[in-house]
Amino acid sequence: MKRLILAALLTLPLLVGCTKKENEILIGEYDSLTGSDATFGLSTNKGVRLAFEEINAAGGVKGKKLGLITLDDQGKNEEAASAVTRLITQNKVVAILGGVASGRSKAAAPIAQSNSVPFVSPASTNPDVTKAGDYVFRVCFIDPFQGFVMAKFSSENLKHKKVAILRDVKNDYSVGLADVFSAEFKKRGGEIVADSSYQAGDIDFKAQLTQIRSKNPDGIYVPGYYTEVGLIAQQARQLGIKAPLMGGDGWDSDKLSEIGKEAINGNYYSNHYTVESSDPAVTEFIKKFKAKYNETPDALAALGYDAARILAAAIERSPDLSGKAIRDELAKTKDFGGVTGKITLNENRDAVKSAVIIQVDGKNRKYISTISP
Amino acid sequence: MKFLKAPLLTLLILSVVGLVFDFALDAYFQLILLYALVNCLLSMSLNLVNGYTGQFSLGHAGFMAIGAYFAAYANTKWDILPPALNALEFFIYCTGAGLFAAVAGLLVGLPSLRLKGDYLAIVTLGFGEIIRVTLLNMDFLGGPRGYSNIPGFSSFLFSFIFACVWLTICFFTIWRVMHSTYGRGFLSVREDEIAAEAMGINTTRMKVRAFVLSSFFAGVAGALFAHFTKFISPSSFTFLQSVNVVIMVVLGGMGSMTGSIVAAFIITILPEALRPLQDLTGVDLRMVIYSLSLILVMILRPKGLFGDQEITAVWRKYARRNS
Repeated sequence: MKRLILAALLTLPLLVGCTKKENEILIGEYDSLTGSDATFGLSTNKGVRLAFEEINAAGGVKGKKLGLITLDDQGKNEEAASAVTRLITQNKVVAILGGVASGRSKAAAPIAQSNSVPFVSPASTNPDVTKAGDYVFRVCFIDPFQGFVMAKFSSENLKHKKVAILRDVKNDYSVGLADVFSAEFKKRGGEIVADSSYQAGDIDFKAQLTQIRSKNPDGIYVPGYYTEVGLIAQQARQLGIKAPLMGGDGWDSDKLSEIGKEAINGNYYSNHYTVESSDPAVTEFIKKFKAKYNETPDALAALGYDAARILAAAIERSPDLSGKAIRDELAKTKDFGGVTGKITLNENRDAVKSAVIIQVDGKNRKYISTISP
Repeated sequence: MKFLKAPLLTLLILSVVGLVFDFALDAYFQLILLYALVNCLLSMSLNLVNGYTGQFSLGHAGFMAIGAYFAAYANTKWDILPPALNALEFFIYCTGAGLFAAVAGLLVGLPSLRLKGDYLAIVTLGFGEIIRVTLLNMDFLGGPRGYSNIPGFSSFLFSFIFACVWLTICFFTIWRVMHSTYGRGFLSVREDEIAAEAMGINTTRMKVRAFVLSSFFAGVAGALFAHFTKFISPSSFTFLQSVNVVIMVVLGGMGSMTGSIVAAFIITILPEALRPLQDLTGVDLRMVIYSLSLILVMILRPKGLFGDQEITAVWRKYARRNS
């Protein structure tokens, strides 16, 4: 008996079955559905699914339904690479909606490029991602732009003169934002009084914050992810730092206020979109998203939604389903009315669009202003 | 040249197998297969320390990282040979990566291998993390952004054979070491350190030797990994990666070379093979089933798949019982 179970267990991998439905245009998606940044992947996935449902309800694309295959990458680079290879060679998808994290996109995009399969990343903001080749696109703005936006907001709207930076050295996203912020803020006549670092997973930030407090800055730029930012906000207030914290779209999660409690209130971050917008496209999207999932969509859900719709529109326009034809149409995307603003894909295959500045207020997000490129 | 006969024969067979795979499999299976070969190298080398020498090391990912970054950097920055001798250049840098990792292994091993059991595990874990954090802070290696555009092999067949060359070297080196006086020394350290010491064996030196050899092949595995994925970042070499290798060694059986190989294949292929399950169940139960099957294997075979025996011995026993 023992041996039988063991044998069954070990032959399990061989039972690889493949299902393929006719009359469907298959789109592949990979994302971190498990792992440390799973909320990002799950949000994006919800946005993508909503978009696909809508498009299919409206008759699909080219008279065919859109099929979605979602693979999990566990937040690992090499898993992302094998997931994309699987989507291309096994499932024969016509295009790929990429993941959130830039590191994984960097591992996966070159594979899509070498197979001539269009690759659209919803939220990989690192500049290098689309340099993988002419089949790689993104619908979000790039890191430099978020750093630029916050630097502009900080010096023009908040009239900051001295700002401290607290960056996550482990995270390419955080480092990218911090570098551009620093350069732009200095260009505007400001001064970076301290540039400290922490690592994702840290719990105590008092050493860095005490050092920052001694420099007495007007604001602190913390372009990290919500887990650490929540803790940093709490500890900063405990140490009596009154200066507002500023950050990027990595803050955007309901968990932010759960972790940061009241300490996070009144701080600013740049984002792709805001639920407070009065734009009918946004209100409509929020209504539909709430009806389906019973929760408020975050920016990643909105980006996933936009990425899926831009891709579907490009497939609709393209004469056939070859990678090249879809790529050419994707490149022509101009002033697409998405939830996250009017999206134009430029010659670097990056999206050109505006960003919004948001103030945290408990569970609510207060819309402050829109900064254009 | 008699001692080269078995390795060359193995390599020849593997090359033929590679040629078949080149035609029979698509890119996805080929990629998984290459990952499996890298994992084979890792598990075989860790088996030398954790299995044969009985020391518990948890820092294998660190040595892999050193090898990976060395090979990546060397291959992009230094062009010592003409393009026609590309394969040789890859080989030289892989050896370099291994040597680099071996030196690191020596530096880590000398002070820490005087410790035993849990303490050694913690120290090696610490060193693994130190290596990763150092890489995070080295800007010329990309830091947290990772190192991209690493030159890869031109074809699957080339990659496969290149990996198999190293696999053969690794297998026969460890196999022959284990059947020499050194190997007996390693085993004696595992069985009873005090007795070994009493028999005149310098146990620390034995442990360091095993550790350095193990680090060398971990470095080579890292180099292969870098060439196969063409993009590496410190997040690929976390503590979890070390644990993954330990799982392979334990699953295959501590002290079984073939066990390590089989386990490496299972661990690499199983999560991927469970993907189609998602179509049937609708939810992603992949990792749940994966972990469950690992638990089941360990309950059914507490000493790992092959215990401390080789697959041939297990097979012979099985054949005898059935006859």
